[in-house]
Amino acid sequence: MPTLDRLKPGQRATVKSVSGEGSAIYQRLMEMGVFEGAEIEVVRFAPLGDPMELRLHGYNLSVRKSEALNVQVEVLA
Amino acid sequence: MSSAMVSAPESASSGKLSRTTFTVALIGNPNTGKSTLFNALTGMKQHVGNYPGVTVEQKIGALQLDENTRIDLIDLPGTYSLAARSPDEMIAVDVLLGQQQGAQKIDAVLAIADASNPERNFYLISQLCELKLPVVIALNMMDVAESKGLKIDTDAISAALGTRVVAICANKGKNLDGLRAAIKAALQEKLPPTGVLPAFPAAMTGEIDSLMQELKGHAATLNREVNRLEAFRVLVDKGGYAEQRLEKLLGTGFCQTLESHRQKASRIPLPAEEVRVRYGWVKEVLAGAVARPAQPPPTRSDAIDKILTHWFTGTLIFAAMMMLVFQSIFTWSTPLMDLISSFFDGLGASVGASMADGPLKSMICDGVIAGVGGVLVFLPQICILFLFIALLEDCGYMSRAAFLMDRLLSHAGLSGKSFIPMLSSFACAVPGVMATRTIEDPRDRLTTILVAPLMSCSARLPVYSILIGAFIPEDTLGGWLSLRGLTLFAMYGVGLVVAVPVAWILKKTLLKGETPPFLIELPSYKVPDWRTVLLRVYDRGKAFTLRAGTIILAVSVVVWALSYFPHDAATAEPFNAAVAKVEASSETDEIKKGKIEEIEKAKDGTYLRQSYFGTMGHAVEPVFKPLGWDWRISMAAIASFPAREVIVATLGTIFNLGKDEDEESESLRDALKSATWEGSPKKLFNIPVALSVMVFFALCSQCAATLATIKRETNGWKWPIFSFTYMTLLAYFGALLTYQIGMWLGWGG
Repeated sequence: MPTLDRLKPGQRATVKSVSGEGSAIYQRLMEMGVFEGAEIEVVRFAPLGDPMELRLHGYNLSVRKSEALNVQVEVLA
Repeated sequence: MSSAMVSAPESASSGKLSRTTFTVALIGNPNTGKSTLFNALTGMKQHVGNYPGVTVEQKIGALQLDENTRIDLIDLPGTYSLAARSPDEMIAVDVLLGQQQGAQKIDAVLAIADASNPERNFYLISQLCELKLPVVIALNMMDVAESKGLKIDTDAISAALGTRVVAICANKGKNLDGLRAAIKAALQEKLPPTGVLPAFPAAMTGEIDSLMQELKGHAATLNREVNRLEAFRVLVDKGGYAEQRLEKLLGTGFCQTLESHRQKASRIPLPAEEVRVRYGWVKEVLAGAVARPAQPPPTRSDAIDKILTHWFTGTLIFAAMMMLVFQSIFTWSTPLMDLISSFFDGLGASVGASMADGPLKSMICDGVIAGVGGVLVFLPQICILFLFIALLEDCGYMSRAAFLMDRLLSHAGLSGKSFIPMLSSFACAVPGVMATRTIEDPRDRLTTILVAPLMSCSARLPVYSILIGAFIPEDTLGGWLSLRGLTLFAMYGVGLVVAVPVAWILKKTLLKGETPPFLIELPSYKVPDWRTVLLRVYDRGKAFTLRAGTIILAVSVVVWALSYFPHDAATAEPFNAAVAKVEASSETDEIKKGKIEEIEKAKDGTYLRQSYFGTMGHAVEPVFKPLGWDWRISMAAIASFPAREVIVATLGTIFNLGKDEDEESESLRDALKSATWEGSPKKLFNIPVALSVMVFFALCSQCAATLATIKRETNGWKWPIFSFTYMTLLAYFGALLTYQIGMWLGWGG
C-alpha cells in the first residue's frame, strides 16, 4: 500500500492506517485529523523537496516526508 | 492562614454571587486568533509572569464585566489537545484542573475555535467539555469561514453541546459584547455542558476508573488527589508527560500497575480509540450545523500561497524578506542606538561635571549610567525585530517561512522554526534568543537558544575590524579576492560552521529525545491586528528591560569596580605633579591642553594596569600564552566578558591612548602594530595572534546581556551557565588551534 509521502501534488487519497502507535508523531497526526478514513490532498512540496503541504478537513498542514511515511493511503482517482 | 479563610470557598459557593472576581481560562488551537481575542477583551490590563519550573509565560488579563464582576482571564498556550508530552504542555492541563501551583482555580473555560476549520478545532473542545466546568465557545473568524463557503448554524452547535456558542470576529471586535454576556451568564449558572459527551468503550472507561481508584491510594505521596481527567491522560498517552510525572513520584511499582491496566484494555488500541471516538463525536455535533460546499471555492489565501511557497518566487520573496529583517536590525536600528548611547554619554558627562572626583562619581558615571545605557541600547533592535516577527506571525507568513526553511535546518537536528532566531542573532543574540519563543518544542527551543550566540553579532564587528585593519595585509587573492574581506567572511563563517555540529551534538546528548513532530498548520493569510502586534513589541521590550536589565546593570557595576579599585591615590601623584609642571610652563594653552591629555591617558592606563582586572591579567597570562597572548591582551579579553565591544576601549586605555578609541582609529591600529612584549623588542602582535584573538571573540560567550536573556527565557541559571562554559571552552581551544596552526604555517613572520 502506498504511503502518503509518495503522492504527487494534486493527488488525493484516503487514509487507511497510521503506524507508529505511542510515538509523538502518531499522536500529533491523529490530533491534526490524519486518521483512518480522512481524505487528504497533496498541495505541494517545499522548494528543497521537504516538507510537504497537505489539505485536509478544509485546512492546510505541513508535514515532513519522514512523518508522512507513517501514513498508509489509498489513492483516489 | 486563618481558619475563617480556609472555610471561605464553601460559603462563597453557597452565597449568591458573593464573590466578584472569577477566574476564566482562555484556550484554543494555535492560529485561531486567541491573542487577538485576549487583547481585545483585556486591553492593556495584562500581567505577565512565569510558571515555576517551566519556560511558559503566565499571562493574565483583567476583564471587567460590570461594576461587581471582574474576571481574571488566563491566556493558556495554544494547543491542539490536552495530551501533554512535555512539562510546558502540561501547564494548560494543570491550570484547567486547578492543580497548577501559583494559579487560581478555574471557574469557567473560554474556548476559542476557528470557524473556518471546525472539525479539528472541536477535537480540543471535546476534551474541554469533559472538565465538568462551564464552557463558553467563541467561534472566531466567521468571515473567513464564509469566504470558504461554509454555512454555520451556531444555535444548532449550541443545542448539540448544551453550552453557549458565540460567533465573533475578534480582529474586527465584532460581537464581543455578546461574548461577554455569555461568559457572565455561564459564571452565574455554573453548569458544565449538558449535551452528550464522547462515549468511550466500557473496557476503556473501566480501566480509567480502576486506575483512578489506585491513584487515590497514593494521595498522600502525591500530596494531592488525582482527577479523573488526569487518570485518562495517564492511561491513554503512552510516554506522555502525565505518565512520566507520576512515574517519577511513584516509582517502578506504578509502571507495572499502569502496564497491567493497559494490557487489560489492550483489546482496543488506546490512543487511536480516543481519536476515533472524539472525531466521531465532533462529526455528530457538527452534523446538522455546518454545511460545506461540494466544491470549495478558491480562496485568496490559496492564490497568495501559490506565489509565496512557489519554489522560485517563494524562495526569492523569502530571501528578500529576510534581507529586510536583517538590514533593519543591523543598520536601521543604528541611528536609534547611537542616539541612546550619546544620550547616556552626555548624561554621564554632565553628571560627572557636577560631582567631585572620587569613587562615587566614577561609580555613578562609569558604572550605573553606563550600565543603564548598556541595557537600553538593545531596545531598538528588540523592538524592530519583534515588530517584524509579530507582523509575520499574525499575518500567517511565519509558518510558511518554517515550511520553506525546514529542510535546511533539519540537517542540524532543528526545524524551520529556528531560522528567524538564528538569522536575528547575526545582528544581536539578545533579540535572537527572545525570538525562540516561536518554537514550541522545548528541546528545539533550548538548542536554538544555546547555538544562537555563536552567530557573529554586530558587537563582534569592531573587534574584527580593528584587528583585520591592523594585521591582515591589503593583498588580494588571484587579483580580485581581498584578503581582508576574506578574513571577515571567515570570521562570520566560524560561528555558523561551529553551530551546526554543536546543535547536532546537543540534540544527540543533553537534549536527546523523540524527534518532535513538525506538523504545523499553514493558516489562512489575514491582515495583521495592529493591537496584537504593538502589544507584542511592548511586551518584549518591557520584559527585556525589567528582567534582563537588572542583571546587566548589576554586572556593569561589578565590572566598573574591578577596573577601578584598588585605585591607590599615590599612583596619581607623579602624574599630578607632571600636570602641574605643564600648567606652570610658558607654552600656549593649546599645547598645554594636549600635553595634559597625554598625561591623563597615561594615568588612566597605569590605574587600569594596577586594578583588579590588571592583576587578573597577570595571573592568567600563563593560561593564554599558548594562544600567543601577553597579559595585556588577556586582561582586555577578561574585561570584555560582560560586553565584548569594550575590548576596543580597553585596548585603547591599556596602550595609553585614552578611552575614546574606536575601530576606525588609526592611532590604536598603529599602537597595536608597534606594541612589543614587555621587556623585549619582539612584536606582540603578528597574524596568528590577531587571528587567535578574533577566533576567540567569534566563539566566546562575552555578553552579559545575552546570558541574562537566556536566564530569563529558560527561567533558571542552569542554561546560561552551560552556555557560558561551553562557549568559553570552545573559544579557548579554537584560538589555541588557530595560533598554533598559524605559527606552524609560518604566518608568524
